[in-house]
Amino acid sequence: MHPIPRWADVILIPLISVLLAAICAAILLVAINEDPIEAMNLMIQGTLFRSEGIGFMLYYTTNFIFTGLAVSVAFHAALFNIGGEGQAQLGGLGVALAMLFIPWPHWTLAIIGASLGAMAFGAMWAAIPAYLQAKRGSHIVITTIMFNFIAAALLNYLLVNILKPVGSMDPATPSFPEATHLPTFRDMAEGLGFDRMFGASPANVTTFLAIIAAFAVWVLIWRTRLGYEIRSFGKSATAAKYAGISPTKIIMIAMLISGGLAGMMAVNTTQGEAERLILNFTEGAGFLGIAVALMGRSHPFGVCVAALLFGFLFQGGAELGFWTSIPRELILVIQALVILFVGALDNMVRMFVGWLFSFAPSRGMA
Amino acid sequence: MDFLTILQVLDASLRFATPLLLACLAGLFSERAGIFDIGLEGKMLAAAFLSAAVAAMTGSVWIGLLAGIGASVALSLIHGVASITFRGDQIISGVAINFLAAGLTVVVAQTWFGQGGRTPQLSGDGRFNPVDFPGAVPGRELADAGPLAQLYSELLSGHTILVYLALLIVPLTWYVLYRTRFGLRLRAVGENPAAVDTAGISVVGLRYAAVLICGVLCGIAGAYLATALQAGFVKEMTAGRGFIALAALIFAKWRPWYALYACLLFGFLQALALRPDLITSVSGIKVQVQLLDALPYILTVVILAGFVGKAIPPRAGGQPYVKER
Repeated sequence: MHPIPRWADVILIPLISVLLAAICAAILLVAINEDPIEAMNLMIQGTLFRSEGIGFMLYYTTNFIFTGLAVSVAFHAALFNIGGEGQAQLGGLGVALAMLFIPWPHWTLAIIGASLGAMAFGAMWAAIPAYLQAKRGSHIVITTIMFNFIAAALLNYLLVNILKPVGSMDPATPSFPEATHLPTFRDMAEGLGFDRMFGASPANVTTFLAIIAAFAVWVLIWRTRLGYEIRSFGKSATAAKYAGISPTKIIMIAMLISGGLAGMMAVNTTQGEAERLILNFTEGAGFLGIAVALMGRSHPFGVCVAALLFGFLFQGGAELGFWTSIPRELILVIQALVILFVGALDNMVRMFVGWLFSFAPSRGMA
Repeated sequence: MDFLTILQVLDASLRFATPLLLACLAGLFSERAGIFDIGLEGKMLAAAFLSAAVAAMTGSVWIGLLAGIGASVALSLIHGVASITFRGDQIISGVAINFLAAGLTVVVAQTWFGQGGRTPQLSGDGRFNPVDFPGAVPGRELADAGPLAQLYSELLSGHTILVYLALLIVPLTWYVLYRTRFGLRLRAVGENPAAVDTAGISVVGLRYAAVLICGVLCGIAGAYLATALQAGFVKEMTAGRGFIALAALIFAKWRPWYALYACLLFGFLQALALRPDLITSVSGIKVQVQLLDALPYILTVVILAGFVGKAIPPRAGGQPYVKER
């Protein structure tokens, strides 16, 4: 295969992959007698041309930044954490317990408590698969999948049997106290003098936490000794071990951080949006983190860009479901295509780009 | 609890175990050849949809079954191209296939039938009907029949043909894997592909064969769900069965007969989850349904952890084969 310059590796290959996914999605739309251009127009107008649409987009983006970062950190240690969904569910439990049983005086303190609860519970749910991988060699992909299902059953049990208020039919916790409610973008815009911006969208201050988390992950992975150890272990476990890096420590720490980040998603959804814990609040965002991390090449900046794209697709998909007969599940197809081209068929795209570069003059090549 | 009730639960266990068994054996062929497959769920789902859709349109369940197998094999080929030809990550490819099936089935179902992601109800020749053995006592007279007649009529007779087919595929799989040249090579390619290659046998060819067999079996499993167990497709109807099959595969340590036992056990748990009153009446303990739902996964984690016998996957599993380094 012809060598590929770095800029092509980082920008061109993901771009071509996303383009291929978009072409496949367009072909699908034509096959079901819908106009792809029309659909794209609807998605753009419903999402980017209305402040409410932007609010929804940023709300979804916030979830995807957290879950995307979670998958990325594990990827750097060559671990495939497919359990973001379950870890986020447990994060929701952590948020709910912190909100319901501690009387917070103000949201600024409550969000710290919610974050700690979310991270602790998310990390705890990642800890067992991590320990089994580190000590017993159990394949982490399989154990994290199993833990997703166990988490779903556990939350189902807790919500139906224990946390549900007496007499309620709805499997959900009571609403969190007023003092814990987070300011939404609408509240913030009103504070700045803009009336009725962002409509009924649930975007809230957690979005800033997501951006802080992305920066923190960047610092951790590329600017700290621990990050160096994680990356070394990810590149070559044997070399890292030879250099005195403990595999057990790296696997545990990487997975705890990963689980904590996935759990953080619940601050946005559970404290920020629903203001109570409901069944299946994750809505597949944990799995979407895989697509986001793959597309973002496991770099926090890339993760934010990819999360924004998926936030747009998610909100756009809702618009399509609202205005046309195209079901929301179209987004699942696009998500699958992105994972397929960016992840599984990466070598195919790479070969193609390498072939293209073989025509380039050999001078000036990296 | 009387004998007939026990038989009814076992009967339900067998019906629930069948799709797990077919998918489990599908995964067995693939993983024994060194191709991890977490896309069993997606392939079953796609097959469930297309089999029900085609059966509804043609009125023939057999054409539906073929269409279902076709859908599953098509996804298998994607998995093969990604993980064998382009040496991509097998886990990522499996994840993609699961989402692809989850999305496509609903989008296409909505376009074809406009019923919110389901297919029309199947009836008559549009679905697999129970096969009654000669001399089987019909259901309403069963309570008065003797225990042997009850056993024969309730548990053994009255399943769809796919249930018996699934049970037959177990010894067939065993025979193919352990008593044929193809099976030996298939197992070898999952343990040490370089050795197979050195012997002049195509690693790529064997792995594609395994992935295609996996597609066919998953296709039957999916078709069973939509045209035999139920009468039509509803969205997300596999409901994690592909992952329970994966769990059963690990539980069985990648061996066909043990796959049967594991799937029967997990099928039994699913049957029990529908009758929590029975557990209470027998043991006096109120068992939570959610615990029964989670039990296959918990058991698999315990097995994976190696506390009760270690589950060791095929050695070359998950690694793409590169001919020359």
